[in-house]
Amino acid sequence: MILFHYDKTFEGLLSCIFFAYAQKCFPDMILSPSDQQPLFADEQYVVVSDKVKASRVWSSLEKKLSKIARRMMMSVWISGLPETEMLLFRYMCKNIDHPQGVELNFGDTDVLRVKEIAQQVSREAQRLVQFVRFQETADGIWFAPIAPRYNLLPLVVKHFRNRYSSQPWILYDTTRNQGLYWDTHTVHDVSFSPADLAALKLGQLNGDKQSDEEQLIQRMWKEYFRSITIRERLNLKLQQQHMPKKYWKYLTELQQ
Amino acid sequence: MNERILEKLNILADAAKYDVSCASSGTSRPAVKGGIGTATGWGICHSFTPDGRCISLFKILLTNHCIYDCAYCTNRRSNDVKRTAFTPRELAELTIAFYQRNYIEGLFLSSGVMRNPDYTMEQMLRVVKLLREQYRFNGYIHMKAIPGASDNLIAQAGLYADRMSVNLEIPSEENLKLLAPEKNYSEVFAPMRFIQQGMLESAEDRKKFRSAPRFVPAGQSTQLIIGATPDNDRQILTLASALYRRPSFKRVYYSGYIPVNNGDSRLPTLAAPPLVRENRLYQADWLMRFYQFKASEIVDESHPDLDLDLDPKMGWALRHPEFFPVDVNSAPYEMILRVPGIGVKSAKLIVASRRYGRLSSTQLKKIGVVMKRAQYFILCRELPMQTVNELTPQYVRRQVTQKQQKRTAELLQYTIEWGE
Repeated sequence: MILFHYDKTFEGLLSCIFFAYAQKCFPDMILSPSDQQPLFADEQYVVVSDKVKASRVWSSLEKKLSKIARRMMMSVWISGLPETEMLLFRYMCKNIDHPQGVELNFGDTDVLRVKEIAQQVSREAQRLVQFVRFQETADGIWFAPIAPRYNLLPLVVKHFRNRYSSQPWILYDTTRNQGLYWDTHTVHDVSFSPADLAALKLGQLNGDKQSDEEQLIQRMWKEYFRSITIRERLNLKLQQQHMPKKYWKYLTELQQ
Repeated sequence: MNERILEKLNILADAAKYDVSCASSGTSRPAVKGGIGTATGWGICHSFTPDGRCISLFKILLTNHCIYDCAYCTNRRSNDVKRTAFTPRELAELTIAFYQRNYIEGLFLSSGVMRNPDYTMEQMLRVVKLLREQYRFNGYIHMKAIPGASDNLIAQAGLYADRMSVNLEIPSEENLKLLAPEKNYSEVFAPMRFIQQGMLESAEDRKKFRSAPRFVPAGQSTQLIIGATPDNDRQILTLASALYRRPSFKRVYYSGYIPVNNGDSRLPTLAAPPLVRENRLYQADWLMRFYQFKASEIVDESHPDLDLDLDPKMGWALRHPEFFPVDVNSAPYEMILRVPGIGVKSAKLIVASRRYGRLSSTQLKKIGVVMKRAQYFILCRELPMQTVNELTPQYVRRQVTQKQQKRTAELLQYTIEWGE
């Protein structure tokens, strides 16, 4: 078994490609420092990230791959799934080896898998855009806790910045304990202390931290949600299919 | 904002719920400085109610007072229900409060008719004007055009709304006359024509001047009630396809009739709303819009109604075995689209992938083809399987309905894509 060790950056992964083609040696596993080391290995290489080599690999891929395919690769990278490194490695190799690139060959398992993961990531980002719920705080900032599966904040920040450009807001990822704060001019990183985080995970701000109208508007929204339902057509399965339960925690209309 | 508004909200949301349309698609609005809101083009659903329908827009009536007495409507004047109305400012404030919290994508404003159509339309116009001009609201607005309102008012509304709609409600004029004696088709079609004309003119103007105002940029839609009248699916689909031929028409919605007014002898008594039929109509609608089917292919004189046990595409395929089997590795895209079990997405993937080599059935399955249905109609890399021609349509029909019977037992478990 041939192992590559890299520094868990995208640049490092591109350097792995360069290394493999230069040494004519292709890995069975690509490991980052945090990964579990296998017991046996025939050969091990430590690949050092190299900006120049990485950009040479990337520019050769740019010639063959469309913008959509490159964006799909970035989505796979963001997903951080355990298969990411080898999947992207094989995907890039296949494109380098084929004279025109294989991005449209969905009969190939790797090409299809890249598309699947990219779709999952963008669906998750879309769900974030759908199911974020802001609460108005007493000091006029709009606060929304989120808990997405992937680290998606960078993908959705533009949407919220455009839409709510004149209201300051915080999107806070309670699983990763990091968030973004828009002060109506720029976006800043924020993070709260563990004690505050525990309170935020409840999904509701404390009464004294909410603005005066917040409770009433939330009640109105809950009542609206109830009134707009047609009893004769009840279909809870369909509701859950579109709005899986894992999102319910932070949805105002489904909180008690 | 106070408790009184909460009560109004309850009454007027409850009265608005039978309108199906909730799409917020078809237009994109980039952010404006100092304003609030954007529109994305493909529409965003923000919540799903326990009936499985999406909440994208804040669907609400301005008032449930109504001068008409339509048999199928919960707001008809002879019903003894609590009546109320929002003031334009109340409704605008509520919309903004919901929008700021990311509850909604915009406003869907409808109304009962108070005093006369013009007065109602003026009141609705005040709401959207307030939103757009004072609150600088830049989200999506869907607005009902009230039949009988003057062209001038509709022309003004079209400048503020993204989409407008006029509901036909009943699929044939004689039945509309029966159920809603005060209404007629010409009054409904007049605003439809006017909206279309305005849209086309605005599109033409915008070719010359980029700053020319947009008029109903997301087009118009309408709604038909299914099962309240004896109209068959052929009438419904022929009407829908005639509407889709108009350039401004984006959607026709089908709403399974729910008995809201008991004891009216003009209306049928139903044990349950005709949800399966409604689903089949949506499937047929999708076939017309995305699969290049004509209404006359889906239903004809010998089959005036859609088969409730089979989806309309399978129905067509079984009536026309002579078109099959289709070789997925060589047939044109249009033919692949017609295979039951292959959708638009998988058809596109097939056409893209087959240039790299002949596709096998396992690859097709992975791409997303539903082989349970498609296997009788295709050829791929493997030796030919038994197709519909050898097995006879009757046999295939038994096979696919047996598999579906489990599902129809759970009558309600079907999906409609509400977005576009």
